[in-house]
Amino acid sequence: MSESDVALPAIGLDEPPARPGRRVSWAWLGIVPFLAFAAAFLIIPTFYLVNGSFHTESGEVTLQNYIDLGQPTVVEAFRASIEISLVTAVIGGLFGFLLAYAVIRGGLPGILGAALMTFSGVASNFAGVPLALAFTFTLGATGLITVLLKQVGIDITQSDFTIFSKLGLEIAYLYFQFPLMVLIIAPAIAGLKTEWREASENMGASSYQYWRHIALPILTPTLLGTMILLFGNSFGAQATAYTLTGEINIVTLLVTRQINGDVLNNINLGYAVAMGMVGVMGVTILAYLWLQRRAARWQR
Amino acid sequence: MKGTKLAWWIVFLIGALYFFVPLIATFIYSLGNPIAPGAPPPTFQAYGEILNSSDFWGALGYSFIIGIITIIVSIGLLMPTAYWVRLRVPRARPLVEFITLLPFVIPPIILVFGLIQTFSTGPLPLTNTDMGLNVLLVAGYTVLSFPYMYRAVDTGLQATDIRSLTEAAQSLGAGWTRIILRVILPNLRVALLSGAFLTLAIVIGEFTIASFLARPAFGPYLQLLGTNAAYEPAAVTIISFGLTWLAMIMIAFIGRGGRTRVAVTGAR
Repeated sequence: MSESDVALPAIGLDEPPARPGRRVSWAWLGIVPFLAFAAAFLIIPTFYLVNGSFHTESGEVTLQNYIDLGQPTVVEAFRASIEISLVTAVIGGLFGFLLAYAVIRGGLPGILGAALMTFSGVASNFAGVPLALAFTFTLGATGLITVLLKQVGIDITQSDFTIFSKLGLEIAYLYFQFPLMVLIIAPAIAGLKTEWREASENMGASSYQYWRHIALPILTPTLLGTMILLFGNSFGAQATAYTLTGEINIVTLLVTRQINGDVLNNINLGYAVAMGMVGVMGVTILAYLWLQRRAARWQR
Repeated sequence: MKGTKLAWWIVFLIGALYFFVPLIATFIYSLGNPIAPGAPPPTFQAYGEILNSSDFWGALGYSFIIGIITIIVSIGLLMPTAYWVRLRVPRARPLVEFITLLPFVIPPIILVFGLIQTFSTGPLPLTNTDMGLNVLLVAGYTVLSFPYMYRAVDTGLQATDIRSLTEAAQSLGAGWTRIILRVILPNLRVALLSGAFLTLAIVIGEFTIASFLARPAFGPYLQLLGTNAAYEPAAVTIISFGLTWLAMIMIAFIGRGGRTRVAVTGAR
């Protein structure tokens, strides 16, 4: 079995062949504590939301909550969340890839590679409240960049840009998005064997042909899979957005306001919104796992 | 080739700027933002205020203790389970792996939504007491640790001949508790310590679950401070970055010589 570098388990990869007809043994009792804990604090709470999304407040079974997902506030929240996640996944993914390639194969001093990996480890974990604050100190009304730009005659406080907008949120998310790409893609880039390049050059292939027919086909599953992971990473983010801006209408903040009782005024619709999020995340993770299995072939 | 190398340097410089500018800006801000027009000269006053603030130490201490308890619960739950699955019930592996993957599909905001709704009424009204809320917080953080902790433990077990170790220990008369604590656990030191430091870094910075459970944790403290004070939040942000850095250095130090693993820890 090939070891993935990402701490996501690939379901069933090393499942032994099933032995049909064998009865459930007492040995299963050994995992009961884990199953009970997961049931109490993960499965049942999720099921509570699922169940609530199919009921009215008075307890009748209904699909109305899912129909109500079509109302403008909800649709706009999902649209904005998906847009932000796509933008930061693609830009963060491409830039992270270029950055990793620069230090591994771009001929830069080796020490920069080691430094980049360390910084990426920290930056990919530097998310949430402190990240949002750091960006207000950078691009807020009296932030460093804002003040410096003003001194050269550019006053961004007079422009349409604020760090508390959708664009501002995207800039902040990129801070943890591209380092994550660096961390995940670096082993794949390092795994591109120099023999492959030499062999293709010996047979007269151009640099373009090498990339088009050899390097990219090998890297694409990892690249695409990681971008999908980055998508999920920003789709589910709440703390950064909440700290940076309470105003913007994205789906995690819609759920936040629902829990606080500020919008929708219908807890069951809130459950349906939560299920919508789980649906998007579910598709994301399934796509990731599928691509990860394809990528694993080349990472031996 | 000269041109391409220059291009790679430019890419690297943009990346370096993206990393450092927000940190430099935060640091300058924490000194009283001396670059702003009419501001007083730089001072470490904000750091002094923070280090003398009982709110700061209270929040940090609370999150640290919750982090330690989470680590113990998480390892106590996942290590024996992963061991038992490998040794005795390999058929349970897809189920256990599926469950440990679920926290990726159910982000913290949804998890805490479900936890609040489930435990505010019914047979276990945990949201009614402080202790109940603390239990929910640890439970929520333990769930968040499932994906990387299980994976770390399982990879560690894979590299260990647990079957022979178990049989050897059994033939010497050791019971299950002794086998798990004295034989298997020491073999997983590296995996468990990395997981532990990662958990600590995540728990100390976590906001979403702690704020909805109204816990006096570090994340909600910093968020509130950010809306109330000018320079102190910048000082705490720098300290928070330092703590994340420390945790990552510990992980790199523990795992030195081995392959660096990337733990995807989910959305924040």
